Amino acid sequence: MINAWLRWSRENELAYLFFRNPVAIVAAIIAILCIGGAVLSPWLAATDPYDIASLDIMDSLIPPAWSESGDARFFIGTDDQGRDLLSAILYGTRLSLLVGFLAITFASVLGVTVGLMAGYFGGRFDAIMMRIADIQLSLPAILTALLVDGIAKGLLPRGQHDNLMIVVLTVAIGLSLWVNFARTVRATTFVERNKEYVQSCEIMGMHPFRIMFTHILPNIMGPILVILTVDLAVAVLLEATLSFLGVGVPANQPSLGTLIRIGTEYMFSGEWWIVIFPSAMLILMIISINVLGDFLRDALNPRMR
Amino acid sequence: MLAFVLRRLAQSIFVMLAVSLIAFSLFRFVGDPIAQMVGQETSIEDQENIRERLGLNDPLTTQYVRFVSNLSQAEFGYSYRTRQPVSEMILSRLPATLELGAISLVISLIVGIPAGIYTALKRGFLSNALLVATLVGISIPTFVIGIFLIYLFGVSLGWLPTFGRGQTVALGWWQTNFLTVSGWKALILPGVTLGVYQLTLTMRLVRAEMQEVLKTDYIKFATARGINYRSLYLNHAFRNTLVPVVTIIGLQLGGIIAFSIVTESVFQWPGMGLLFLESIRYVDIPVMSVYLVLIALMFVVINLVVDLLYFAIDPRVRLRGSHD
Amino acid sequence: MTQLLAISNLSVKFPTRFGVFDALEGVSLDVNAGEIHGLVGESGAGKSTVGSAVMGLLQSPGYVASGEIRFTGRNLVGLDSDDYHRLRGDRISMIFQDPQTSLNPLLTIATQMIETIRQHRKVDVHTARQQAINLLKETGLNDVDTRIDDYPHQFSGGMRQRVVIALALCTEPDLIIADEPTTALDVSVQKQILDLIRTLCTARNIGIILITHDIGVINEITDRVTVLRAGRVVESGTTEAVLGSPAEPYTKALMAAVPRLDKRLERFKNIIDDEPTELDDTHWKVEGASAGYATDWLLTNNERAHTSDALPSVSERPAILSIQDLEVTFGASGLGWFNRSHGVKALSGVSLQVMPGEVLGIVGESGSGKSTLAKAIVGLVNPSAGRMTFRDSELPPGRQRTRAHPSRREIQMVFQDPYSSLNNRKTVEHIISEPIQFYGLTDNESQTRKLVASVLELVGMPQRAMVKYPHQFSGGQRQRVAVARALVARPEFLICDEPTSALDVSIQAQILNLLKDLQQTFGLSILFISHNLAVIRQMADRVVVLQNGQLVETAGTESFFNSPQESYSQLLLRETPSLTF
Repeated sequence: MINAWLRWSRENELAYLFFRNPVAIVAAIIAILCIGGAVLSPWLAATDPYDIASLDIMDSLIPPAWSESGDARFFIGTDDQGRDLLSAILYGTRLSLLVGFLAITFASVLGVTVGLMAGYFGGRFDAIMMRIADIQLSLPAILTALLVDGIAKGLLPRGQHDNLMIVVLTVAIGLSLWVNFARTVRATTFVERNKEYVQSCEIMGMHPFRIMFTHILPNIMGPILVILTVDLAVAVLLEATLSFLGVGVPANQPSLGTLIRIGTEYMFSGEWWIVIFPSAMLILMIISINVLGDFLRDALNPRMR
Repeated sequence: MLAFVLRRLAQSIFVMLAVSLIAFSLFRFVGDPIAQMVGQETSIEDQENIRERLGLNDPLTTQYVRFVSNLSQAEFGYSYRTRQPVSEMILSRLPATLELGAISLVISLIVGIPAGIYTALKRGFLSNALLVATLVGISIPTFVIGIFLIYLFGVSLGWLPTFGRGQTVALGWWQTNFLTVSGWKALILPGVTLGVYQLTLTMRLVRAEMQEVLKTDYIKFATARGINYRSLYLNHAFRNTLVPVVTIIGLQLGGIIAFSIVTESVFQWPGMGLLFLESIRYVDIPVMSVYLVLIALMFVVINLVVDLLYFAIDPRVRLRGSHD
Repeated sequence: MTQLLAISNLSVKFPTRFGVFDALEGVSLDVNAGEIHGLVGESGAGKSTVGSAVMGLLQSPGYVASGEIRFTGRNLVGLDSDDYHRLRGDRISMIFQDPQTSLNPLLTIATQMIETIRQHRKVDVHTARQQAINLLKETGLNDVDTRIDDYPHQFSGGMRQRVVIALALCTEPDLIIADEPTTALDVSVQKQILDLIRTLCTARNIGIILITHDIGVINEITDRVTVLRAGRVVESGTTEAVLGSPAEPYTKALMAAVPRLDKRLERFKNIIDDEPTELDDTHWKVEGASAGYATDWLLTNNERAHTSDALPSVSERPAILSIQDLEVTFGASGLGWFNRSHGVKALSGVSLQVMPGEVLGIVGESGSGKSTLAKAIVGLVNPSAGRMTFRDSELPPGRQRTRAHPSRREIQMVFQDPYSSLNNRKTVEHIISEPIQFYGLTDNESQTRKLVASVLELVGMPQRAMVKYPHQFSGGQRQRVAVARALVARPEFLICDEPTSALDVSIQAQILNLLKDLQQTFGLSILFISHNLAVIRQMADRVVVLQNGQLVETAGTESFFNSPQESYSQLLLRETPSLTF
């Protein structure tokens, strides 16, 4: 078993490089811990921060347990509503990652399909799609996200808006990221398309979609994987930013960005923990994802070796 | 060259029309413009009269044409929220955003380009430290950087103001920060906050492009001819990275405008971003749609400038253009 | 003659994750002033590493492990890096392979030359410019006074290589290392550049190391030659002695593998054994699979096999493929690459016929339209005019050819680059079985599997290769897989587009032998495209010469090589460097 695994890591370039790179290993462990903590938060967290009934306003703004006026129940303190900060962070991370993953799934499916078709067919379809991509690019990610959010606010009735916020956020962030996939996939498809293995499929009379999805797609997974990773970080960052600006998730379901926004209000009066811990969590998570993205980019780029 | 510019211009106009269509749909379909303009007590007949007077019963194409022609004459309508002309609101906020953006762009280029070249050429402690710094730089959200800068330099050390523009001087309608000490002080924290992310992007890009160029045959040939390293790296190598670098910097300008929304929110900087944020909060559609069109316009202009820069940089583009 | 460079016992090592790779081991050679010393060998022989080591530009992490490089008596190994850099360009210079990429695209020729001259000589700009002009004139550039201010992309490939040579000569170096200086050029230009190098070498008394894989080039201009293999010197001496009467078996085998322009061989004999393969397990078999099974399968349901005895001689049978007035225009639509209103004619008025069981050779330089012709036949490009008839029925052009058209199976193709013609993400089994399944040629999975294993054996690969991925094979092995893929479709007609130009000579000889065998066994009709006249002579029954998209000459192979009619054909034959031994 171990032998098989060792052989695999010797033959597999990526695995080999990964196990030689302590920084990447640490980043992967942190990322797995973050994702694991987020997924398991309902079981890990001491309290349910969404359950308003369980909150006690008397517990609000308690500092971390190790400081003088700390409370052993709340290891890293509480926020202004009396929520246990650790539980709130776990749930917040879950929400941030959920939105992040949904958004990049949406963006990658849309972007990869459009990119493959534009790169493969070229011509008019390509020209039109790339013009649309240009328009999308002229509206930066955060602007698109804000705009979609604003439109949703205008179109949806008040109560509905809060319920659908995760969907709105996903669409908003996903829409602003699909262009990254589309452009890269288009460029790499364009290179692959002119390779002889694709021509041999064309000569056989294979259906273009079969060529695209079963022959070209596996060959361009490298760059797609890199963008998936990098854009996951961007998506999490965007979600946090939108929540920070107060247009993201509703306040009764705080994500990391919301917690930081609440924390900023109390930072000047000495309640530092509300802003510090969620920020640290967010930064740690994004750094670890970005380290992995960098590692993949270097490892998968044949020209860098 | 003329043909190239004309073609680009046509594409730009297409982009602008598309964006204005989005803005128009926003304006026309998100919420009822009449309901926003008049109070609850206005009768249905009166609402219909206003509707007719404003041309909201005309065919949509007519309305769209009117919308575009109004936009092109800087007739932006009135804000639902403040009842002020949108053009006045934007104009009063524009200088603050542009000055902030300019400062952060300068910071990102002046630091990012040399650091990028350095890390591409040298290995060692400083180089690694810079690389780690960029990784942290792209990973910390802009607003967190802002908050911590405020906490450190504003609250703890008390050196710099934490919100607003400070004292400004009016040059005609343009309120500038650049002519007072207080204005400069107020610019530092938001400028750095906004600049850090762009700086790391610039540095990483310059580094990656330099590494690519250094592997090319013409750099190897120049090395084999004994060209001195200074000229080799700057005149031969860096020059060849300029086309992609200029492209990305063009895109970054857009990023700066977008992230200025966040920075302005953190520092209560009275710019267009803050205005946009307020208008989203209150669903102030006219302001939103005008902001959208203006941002797209900036982008289109930046892209045109970038295309023209290609002519200055790359003889292959220049000479191909002249043969057309 | 004065000795310029003496390399003794040079060893260069590259540490890699699989251990230390010995790029060079104990290499010794010397170069005199006014002499061209050829370095020849196949890929991986370490030819270029010698050049880089002399220049002091070994790619990281490579290093000189032992030995000396004495240049005019001074040992360059261990020289201070600043001193080394002052030496480069001044005393030792270099010419690179590809003139398209070795000039800085953003600087004019004048800027690049003047900078180089002034880097090493204390002269003012005006003098430097005059020197540059004189040099460019010496290298045979026209209109130097005006063209010196042009940018590299404004010159053609051959002219650019002249500029590269002028740049290398800028500071009157004593030694020039020319790394494959003519490989990227067409034959007619290649000859001129080689002549120029010879002239400069003699006139200026420069020592030149000429690195090449082409024994024809070595024969053409070098005084002495060193044969390298896997980082070691195999044989060294005067060109006449080494090529005329090689002492080592490797050199003999190498010579035997070079296709001869002056005679046709039935098979290449005495060639180097197949490269050592990782597929040591030759006992791995699929039940019932064998080369014989593949041969039988390919011959059944095959009309040629059943009827060939009854058919009259070649000349009386109807052509399998006939092309009339074919014209292909690129970029005419306005939506194409350059948005030009008028297109570029890649082919115009080409008519030819391929007889059943015949190998028709298509020869031409780059831009002659030979690959476009292949693409038009298989339907990858849309002809703008002309007709194609295949097996007595009209062959619909380009996009009008349906996906289910029978010709899709009947015409198969072997591509030039075996590194790009096989999908790296699929196993060899998947690659070869894809056409079988796509055309529905077998009844069940197990038959397909048996067939794949058998065909692999038929093309000289172990059966176990089917479970591996293409990147685990060498170029020659990949090309065998590509041939197997074309074969399992049971084609009537095979197009080979430069099938060996990406391969080393010894591998080329193997692949050519394989193609000859298969052609004879299955009576295939083949369109064989190559820029290499010597290869065409070995393979083709008839020859078609293309130039700038037009057909120049059609003739039987023997009569073509013995008495070419058109002046362009005569020029091609004259300029092709060849072996005379």
